Amino acid sequence: MKKIFSVILFLLFVVFVNAQTNQQTLKASIDRGQKIYFKVCLSCHMLDGGGVPHMNPPLSQSSYVLGDKAKIIYIILHGLETREPIDDEYYSNNMAAHTDLNNQQIADVLTYVRNSFGNKASAVSVAEVKAVRSKKK
Amino acid sequence: MKKLSFYFLFLSISITSFAKNNADTINAGLKLPAGFSATKISEGLGRARHIVVSQQGTIFYKSSKLVNGKGIFQLKNLNGKAELITSFGKYIGTGIAIRNGYLYASSDEEVFRYKLNEKDEVLNPDQPEKIITGLINRHQHESKSIAFDNDGNIYVNIGAYANACQEKDRTLHSKGRMPCPVLDSAGGIWQFKADKLNQTYADGIRYATGLRNVVGLDWNAQTNSLFVMQHGRDQLHDNWPEFYDTKQSAELPAETMYELHRGSNCGWPFIYYDPMQHKKMLAPEYGGDGKKSWDEYLNENKNGGLVIVNYKYNQDKTSLINDMDYARKAYDKTIQDPAIAFPAHMGPNALLFYTGNQFPEKYKNGAFIAFHGSWNRAPELQKGYFVVFVPFKNGKPTGEWEIFADNFAGGDQFMEPNKAQHRPCGLAQGPDGSLYVSDDVKGAVYKISYKK
Ligand code: HEC
Repeated sequence: MKKIFSVILFLLFVVFVNAQTNQQTLKASIDRGQKIYFKVCLSCHMLDGGGVPHMNPPLSQSSYVLGDKAKIIYIILHGLETREPIDDEYYSNNMAAHTDLNNQQIADVLTYVRNSFGNKASAVSVAEVKAVRSKKK
Repeated sequence: MKKLSFYFLFLSISITSFAKNNADTINAGLKLPAGFSATKISEGLGRARHIVVSQQGTIFYKSSKLVNGKGIFQLKNLNGKAELITSFGKYIGTGIAIRNGYLYASSDEEVFRYKLNEKDEVLNPDQPEKIITGLINRHQHESKSIAFDNDGNIYVNIGAYANACQEKDRTLHSKGRMPCPVLDSAGGIWQFKADKLNQTYADGIRYATGLRNVVGLDWNAQTNSLFVMQHGRDQLHDNWPEFYDTKQSAELPAETMYELHRGSNCGWPFIYYDPMQHKKMLAPEYGGDGKKSWDEYLNENKNGGLVIVNYKYNQDKTSLINDMDYARKAYDKTIQDPAIAFPAHMGPNALLFYTGNQFPEKYKNGAFIAFHGSWNRAPELQKGYFVVFVPFKNGKPTGEWEIFADNFAGGDQFMEPNKAQHRPCGLAQGPDGSLYVSDDVKGAVYKISYKK
C-alpha cells in the first residue's frame, strides 16, 4: 500500500515538473516571439494586434489565428494575397512571404500571436512549422 | 484639510470631464481657426469616401461599404441635420462628382453616370450609363478617383498594385522589377471622354505616369491644369533596414502634390521624395541607399538609365494609339518635382480648390487637402487625420501649409490607426461656400462654415 502511494506521489511529481517546464518553455517561446513580432509584424498588424482598418487585418480574435495552425504557418511562409474576406472584411494590402524566418522563429512568433491581444490558444511547435515547409507550395 | 483637497481633486476631475463633453459637441469635436464652426450633419451610413454637393445643396457620397446592398447615398440638408433621401448603386467605390447634369460615380473597376433632373432626382438609379470599364483592380490602391477639365474630359486615377514594383511585393530585400510592368496599365492618371460610353484602356490616354497612388485630385480652373496628391511608398525600414531605421522610415518619403500636364512623369517606382532634403532620391529597390539622389544617379547615367528603358518598354508593350506624348517623353529623362511636399505617410485622400465666397479672402483658389491619417509610422505615433489648407498665389502653392480642421481622430497620441474615431476622406464645396468633409470610419459628414 505504501509502495503504491509513493509511486502515485512520484507520478504526480513528474506531471507537476513537466507542467512547470511546459509553462517555462511556453513563456520562453512567447518572449522570443514577441521580439520577432515587434521587428517584423508590428508595422502592419500594430502593437495591439488590431491591424489597420480595411488594410491589414487584426490578429486579435481572428478566426485564422485561433484556427488551423497549418494555415497560418503557410501564410508566414508564403505570404497572403488571396483577396478573400477575412472574418467578413476585405483588406487592401498584400502580406509578404517571410522566408527569412527559420522554423523556430515562425513557431515562436505564432505562439506569441496566439497568446497575445486577448488570444489564448495552444503553442505552435517547430515540428509543425517543419511539416508545412516541407509540403509543396 | 486632507478632505478639502480631496474635494478639490474631485471637483477638478468633474470639471475636466465636463469640458471634454462640451468640446465634443462644440464644432462636433473639431479644432478650427477662429470664426469657423462645424456641425456633424450625418453619421452611421456606410463608409463615406468622396462626397459632392449640388448647386441646390443636395449631398451625394460614395461608400466603400454597401448598406442594404447600396453604395451611393443621397442626403438633403435640413436645419443643420442631413436626412437620407435615397440610396442606390450596387457597388462599393470612392469617386463621385457632378458634371453637366449627371452624377458620376466609380467602383474599383468602372465609372458610371446617372442623369439628374432639375430637382436633383436620379432618374435611372438602377440603369446608369457605363462610361469606363475594365480598369485594373488588384487588391491594392484600387480606388478610382475622378475629376473633370473644362474640355469634356474625365481623369481617373489607376493606382499601382504594388508598393515599390518589387519582384515580390513588400518583401525584405526584393529588388525593383526592370522595366516596371505595373506602369503599362496602372501607376498613373488616365484621361477619357466624359460623355462616351463603354470606354476601355484602348480609348484612353495615359495622361501622366509614375504616380504610385492618387486618391485626391482636382482640376484647378485658374491654371487650367490637373493637380494630384500622391501617396508615397511604404516600408523603407521593413524592406531595407540597413539603410533606414524606424524613425527615418516614419518620416520618409514625403506625401507630394503635383501639377500635371500631358506626359508628366512623377518617378514612381524609381524615386521617392525626401521632404527634409527637398530632393528626389533613388529608391533602394533600384540601387539607392538612402543617400544617393536622383540627380547624382543621372550624372552617372547620362542617357537617362532606368527611366528611359522603362518608358520604351511600356510604350512598346501597350502601343496605345493615343499615347504619342508618352512616346515623345520616352526620350525625355525628366522626373517632375512636386509642387509642394508634406510629411510622410499621412495619406492625402481628397484635394479641393476653394472657389467659394464665404471663407476669408486668403482661402480663395487655395487648396484644401483631407489627410486620412497614417499607419506606416508605427512604432512611432501616427499622424495626419486632419484637413490642411495650402494658400496659392498665381497658381502655385506659396509654400506654407497649415492645419485647417483637426481632431477628427479624437486625440493625437496613439500608435494604432484603429483608435481614430474618424478619418477625413472626402471634400466638397457647398453652393453657399461651406466646406463638407466625409469620414470613412463611421460615415460621418461634417459641414464647416465661416461667420465674421
Ligand atoms: C506588409 C504588411 C504586413 C506585415 C509586415 C505582416 N502582415 Fe500579416 N497580413 C497582412 C495583410 C495585408 C494580410 C491579409 C492579406 C489578404 O487579405 O490577402 C495579413 C494576414 C495575416 C494573417 C491571417 C489573417 C488574420 O487576420 O489572422 C496572419 C495570421 C498574419 N497576417 C500574421 C502575421 C505575422 C505573424 C507577421 C510577422 C511575421 C505578419 N503577419 C506580417 C499584412 C502584413
